[in-house]
Amino acid sequence: MLKSEDFAQELINSGYDFFTGTPCTIIGNLIATLTERPDITYIPAVREDAAVGVAGGAYMAGKIPVVLMQNSGLGQCLNALTSLNLIYKLPCLLIVTWRGFGNKDAPEHLVMGRICEKLLDTIGIAHHTFNPDNIKVLINMSYKLITENNEPLALFLKEGVID
Amino acid sequence: MNYREVITIIAELLKGQLVVCANGFISRETFTISDRTENFYMIGSMGLASSIGLGVALSKPSRKVIILDGDGNLLMNLGSLPMIGSLQPKNLLHIVLDNEVYASTGNQPTISNVIELEDIAKSAKYAYIKKVTTDEELRREVVHILENDGPSFLLVKISDKEEQREIGRVTHSPEEIKERFMSAIAEITE
Repeated sequence: MLKSEDFAQELINSGYDFFTGTPCTIIGNLIATLTERPDITYIPAVREDAAVGVAGGAYMAGKIPVVLMQNSGLGQCLNALTSLNLIYKLPCLLIVTWRGFGNKDAPEHLVMGRICEKLLDTIGIAHHTFNPDNIKVLINMSYKLITENNEPLALFLKEGVID
Repeated sequence: MNYREVITIIAELLKGQLVVCANGFISRETFTISDRTENFYMIGSMGLASSIGLGVALSKPSRKVIILDGDGNLLMNLGSLPMIGSLQPKNLLHIVLDNEVYASTGNQPTISNVIELEDIAKSAKYAYIKKVTTDEELRREVVHILENDGPSFLLVKISDKEEQREIGRVTHSPEEIKERFMSAIAEITE
């Protein structure tokens, strides 16, 4: 299991320099790490669409943003992704925790857990899923993809990949 | 005051400031009255002009960022106000054109006729808050917030109901709007 400090360092090494989002227990330590680091900014958002909006503004002002959220938040920010990011071609990396994976979770996570990949397929946002062996590769690739294509990309993060 | 008068007065007082315009008549009127590269016209994502403006303001503290918002937009993303208040970006100016209706969809009422938006801004800890109803007050207050630190909140009550008329749509593509706004941000001005 990768330490959240090292995961954050990978993101920063790749070139990401603006972080915002909403919490999930899976990324509790990651958000704590990002908040504590003096060299970067983590903006706690009140809702996922607000986070996506802030990230869009940050991008236009020269930053390369990451938005952290639980997969439940994909529902909240769906319109921001479709009527802001995808039409203006505003890139951002979405790190989305995958609650409800394998139909094992609290009831409120099960529907989104089943459909979150299909949801992104439907709106045309590419996605990959972290496993313990591909973290560095996916983060590096994501930076290249979003900055070349000017589109968001989602990386799903299941429980147990980072501490 | 009506929309056109308010946007005309604000546009005349602007220099190189960045402006994020909410969707609907605010973007369309601003585009029609005074199109400039420093304007970002948000044509979708209703509610998010204040979030986009916040992201710009935080990432470019050397530039003043004006959010030209509406009452319907503000109420749709009310959580943005405490985010701005908690972060206290000095370069953020939030101007809300409040006509108490969703104008571009046919004047359906919002709830700002009974809810005092300036009180919400006060609770959200904006540094400077004013409500204006006349063109004289508007001119004075826009000059004041442009010259002083924020985050400031200027509520502009639009009293004149819009006659139904055609307002041009923004003719630039979303990508063009983004590209020229980014170029305007990257320029060294002010």
